[in-house]
Amino acid sequence: MDLTFRVNGKNYPLTLAPATRLSDVLRDHLGLIGTKVGCNAGDCGACTVLVEDRQICACMMSAQQAAEKDITTVEGLGGQELLNDLQAAFLRHGAVQCGICTPGMLMAASDLLRRNQTPNRVQVEDALGGVLCRCTGYQKIIEAVMDVTASFSDAATAPSKSVGVSIAKLDGPAKLTGTEIFGADAIPADCLWVKIIRSPFASADIELGDFADIISRTEGLEGILTHKDVPFNRFGIYATGKDQPVLAETCVRYRGDAIVAVVGTREGVVKITLADLLIRLTEKPPVAGIAAAKAPGAAQLHADKPGNLLIEGQVLKSTAREAPQATDITVEGRFETSFVEHAYIEPEAGWAQPVGPHGSRGLEMHVTTQTAAMDRAEIASILQIDAGRVRVLPTACGGGFGGKLDLSVQPVLAVAALRFNKPVACVYERPESMAASTKRHPTEIACKFTARRDGRLVSVDMTAEFNTGAYASWGPTVAERVPVHGSGPYYVPNVHVTGRAYFTNSPPSGAFRGFGVPQAAIAHEAMMDDLAEAIGVDRLDIRLLNAVRCGDETATGQVLQASAGLAECLQKLQPHWTKLTAATSSFNQQNQRGPIRKGVGIGAMWYGIGNTAISNPSTMDVGIGRDGSLVLFNGAVDIGQGSNTILPQICADALGLPVQKFSYIMGDTDLTRDAGKTSASRQTFVSGKAAEIAGTALRGQILRHANAGTGARLDLAGTTLRIVEDGTVREIELSGLASDKDGMVFRAEGRFDPPTMPLDGNGQGVPYATYGFAAQIAEVSVDLDLGTTRVTRILAAHDVGRAINPQQVEGQIHGGIAQGLGMALMEEYIPGKTENLHDYLIPTIGDMPEIDVFIIEDPEPLGPFGAKGVGEPGLVPTAPAIFSAIRNATGVRVTRAPMLPHRLRAAILRQARTSG
Amino acid sequence: MGDYCLPQSLTELRAALSDGKAHILAGGTDFYPQRVGQPLPKNIVDITNMSDLKGIRETDDFWHFGAITTWRDILDANLPLLFDGLKTAAREVGGQQVQNAGTIGGNLCNASPAADGVPVFLSLGASVELSTGERTRTINLADFITGNRKTVLRSGEILTAVLVPKTGSPQVKSLFLKLGARKYLVISMVMVAIVVEMDEAGIITTCRIAIGACSEVAMRLDGLEQVITGREKNKDLAALVTADHLAALAPVTDVRASREYRLDAALTLVRRALDTLGRGA
Repeated sequence: MDLTFRVNGKNYPLTLAPATRLSDVLRDHLGLIGTKVGCNAGDCGACTVLVEDRQICACMMSAQQAAEKDITTVEGLGGQELLNDLQAAFLRHGAVQCGICTPGMLMAASDLLRRNQTPNRVQVEDALGGVLCRCTGYQKIIEAVMDVTASFSDAATAPSKSVGVSIAKLDGPAKLTGTEIFGADAIPADCLWVKIIRSPFASADIELGDFADIISRTEGLEGILTHKDVPFNRFGIYATGKDQPVLAETCVRYRGDAIVAVVGTREGVVKITLADLLIRLTEKPPVAGIAAAKAPGAAQLHADKPGNLLIEGQVLKSTAREAPQATDITVEGRFETSFVEHAYIEPEAGWAQPVGPHGSRGLEMHVTTQTAAMDRAEIASILQIDAGRVRVLPTACGGGFGGKLDLSVQPVLAVAALRFNKPVACVYERPESMAASTKRHPTEIACKFTARRDGRLVSVDMTAEFNTGAYASWGPTVAERVPVHGSGPYYVPNVHVTGRAYFTNSPPSGAFRGFGVPQAAIAHEAMMDDLAEAIGVDRLDIRLLNAVRCGDETATGQVLQASAGLAECLQKLQPHWTKLTAATSSFNQQNQRGPIRKGVGIGAMWYGIGNTAISNPSTMDVGIGRDGSLVLFNGAVDIGQGSNTILPQICADALGLPVQKFSYIMGDTDLTRDAGKTSASRQTFVSGKAAEIAGTALRGQILRHANAGTGARLDLAGTTLRIVEDGTVREIELSGLASDKDGMVFRAEGRFDPPTMPLDGNGQGVPYATYGFAAQIAEVSVDLDLGTTRVTRILAAHDVGRAINPQQVEGQIHGGIAQGLGMALMEEYIPGKTENLHDYLIPTIGDMPEIDVFIIEDPEPLGPFGAKGVGEPGLVPTAPAIFSAIRNATGVRVTRAPMLPHRLRAAILRQARTSG
Repeated sequence: MGDYCLPQSLTELRAALSDGKAHILAGGTDFYPQRVGQPLPKNIVDITNMSDLKGIRETDDFWHFGAITTWRDILDANLPLLFDGLKTAAREVGGQQVQNAGTIGGNLCNASPAADGVPVFLSLGASVELSTGERTRTINLADFITGNRKTVLRSGEILTAVLVPKTGSPQVKSLFLKLGARKYLVISMVMVAIVVEMDEAGIITTCRIAIGACSEVAMRLDGLEQVITGREKNKDLAALVTADHLAALAPVTDVRASREYRLDAALTLVRRALDTLGRGA
């Protein structure tokens, strides 16, 4: 049908099916890719646009209904280059992280601001309540919308230093104008589309039939890939033990396991379902949960893993002179957590194309990922070709949180591109993303903490068992990391922590912000509250008394040399703690007859920065080109956490040129070197150090070239590089010099591998070069009659070594807190039941409290300018602090996450019965 | 008829629905989410251009809400106190995107046990007008929805309007409470909608209490309504509620909440609602 669309003031006549979703009209027919699709169900709001000045989800409006109406998209706000006041406020406040929700947020805010120029916080929350953000914790978004009308001058002179300055994200403007390219945003029109047909059963035997008939009689279906098309049908994180098939062979091991991949036109593949294919599935009783996996006679998921045990790790340390005594106080507990979904707003997406006839020169992959270099190695392994023939060009990543460390669309795209000799694309719908992707490990922890009567910890015993799901994924990492961290951020002379991961017929549990440490922290912090109660000391005081400090030995026998700022974090919070505890108890006394009880709680954490006890280097290149460009060849993927800005900031100060001069190439495996994965809070620390070394080396090169001393000042203007020393100016005309293949005249490399030592059989050694520390206070308000918990305030003190960009550090902490709050109160993934974003709940803008962040800077000498990581630490202490506060409010000791209203209400009733 | 039909009138609608295979599209907030990753169907009948189905108007006896009235239309309309509960419900449906597009007719026809519109319109004593374009019938809302996603709509028939009887009572109060596990974009665990009418002396002459998400179809609490009716509006109303009054509810245990919790929370919310109404000016 012929319809005319009036978008951003321009008319577009189109011929298309009138039921087409408006989001598809905008993206596929008009190329306005600033409007994002996160769920196609109105659950996430990423596709929010204005129709006749009102916000609607473009995924739920038909083309017919939108035709002839005034439509405004993000592209219509300021323009391709210009930011309007709202976009500028977002940039100024650091309200953008990954950027995938940003267009939706901007449009929802535009609806509000067209009616109310000076909204209050509640009005902002009401207007933006329909857009989910998984990165920012919403606080900076609220601040930005409330600050649109502020007069602001950007004429201020650029500071001479970059480190320590909250400069705006370098990739912020692209994310704000809708020009940033994410996984699904630049798929060529001539692509074939791939759809993966997945198992509806947790466990089944399968028998593939013959597909020749359906292929020949189905319009738009070009072929069906099976395991036989995959040269090496296994992938997995670790070089040995790859256990996940790209496509199933004789059985499926979880609901969502990939069976075959259908390839054809987009319209052709969308209509094909499992029922259309000749595949015989014989459902089998699944191994559900850890107890079932361990049970004698349990079905074995993998023949080479008896007892369904993937791995066991442990840390064992004893200190004879501080042995337990009969007079010590002992507390014990058992804790349980659920599957948690990453719920990045960008579903998995990408496209691939063969290079040269039938891929004779290899394969090019454009994909949303957290790790370009590892993707390249995995794709090469699956295709059984040399890694040098695979080029991975990571797109912008619309949120990862660990979930995009595993392969998703990459294997089938790689196989299909070579098999069909054409560009191929694959984009997951939300239910597929949730069913197929990895999850946070459900964990069962039993533990026993012992302390002297003065509160000093003597021993910790903990056994943590993990439901690692159908395949190994990052299970080994979790089983190793938790024993190291299980005794908490405290000095404990005697430690025995064991971690075991069991296979079950569930989604693979993988990496998720914290690698098991958030689950362990729920246990160790409840133990600290138990001890405080048993001994009769203040909950903050007992943590301060035991806080691990420089010179102390950790559970693995590592003596901390520097940058152990937990005590300082706790001291920073202490005056607030005193005030809040007094205020809440006075509130509760005055409102004894009402149903509301307030409570405050505290959680502390530590977190090893970088991969555990293995080499995990990063290499950065920086160069100055003939054209005067200053380029960071940056292999680290920015998944929203900010490395695209942080790394140039660090490099700029090492080099001595302003960060504004920098451009970067992110992650392209042909142009950048391996920076390692964006995981384990490692990019600022590891790649940051590499960027510093590279910057220093480039500076040295230039100074030597100019024969100048180390104190000289550099200045880059056009293609002229000036070296100023003691009033003397030397000029280098870059355009006249010889350059390398990338156009660089000067180029230097920096490499850093954090010094660690392998762990011995007792888990003793140096697993990490440095640790992040933090403590958070939560204040909650609990409705005793309904069991509902509202978090009213969070105060977070984090030792980050050095805040390279304080605003971005705050943003990381806010976002971590939002995920911690979700884990504590609402997030529980149940296969087959919560495979969408309305049954699986993540916090909305209205669920977040006001957050105060206190940045503690106890510098790490190994890190760039003293910095270490902060990506994961934000999340770790939040759930423990909230649970501590719920306990303070209600007396209920929380032993299961999430604490859903019905669980808390049941616990309150149980408690009333036993005490009554 | 074609793949996508856009009737302007009931006569055109009748033609469009004649083969009985039509998929009705209004605000799209259920239509599209039900088809994620699936091809869109043929035979779509988009009813949003039908002027007969638009708008809120008063007749002598009724408030007439056209089926394609959106939640936004309700929020923007100048309505008497009787509809305070409806306005609260409108404000709490989905996010503003859904409020701007979603229609009350769609909400009722979708017949979800957790549909926010059902308890609130039950508390208003609403009836629904159904039409084939040729024949029109009006039935009580309570008789319209028969089960989870089930209504008495016949093939070729659509819901055209929701009718709320006007009241002559000198005082009217209405209230809607929704309990969910987060602030926005949340599917209810329990909903309570109440309307009370009083005479000049403050004696309650009519009381309608409906509970949502605690049974396959939202339902009225007849026994409790009888207990409340005839009482004076005061702070003691809440104390009249007992668990027995909720005995007819049959909630399920699902990912959102347990059966026991829903019953318990419904009791708390009914008491709170009556307490609020009783104390209010």
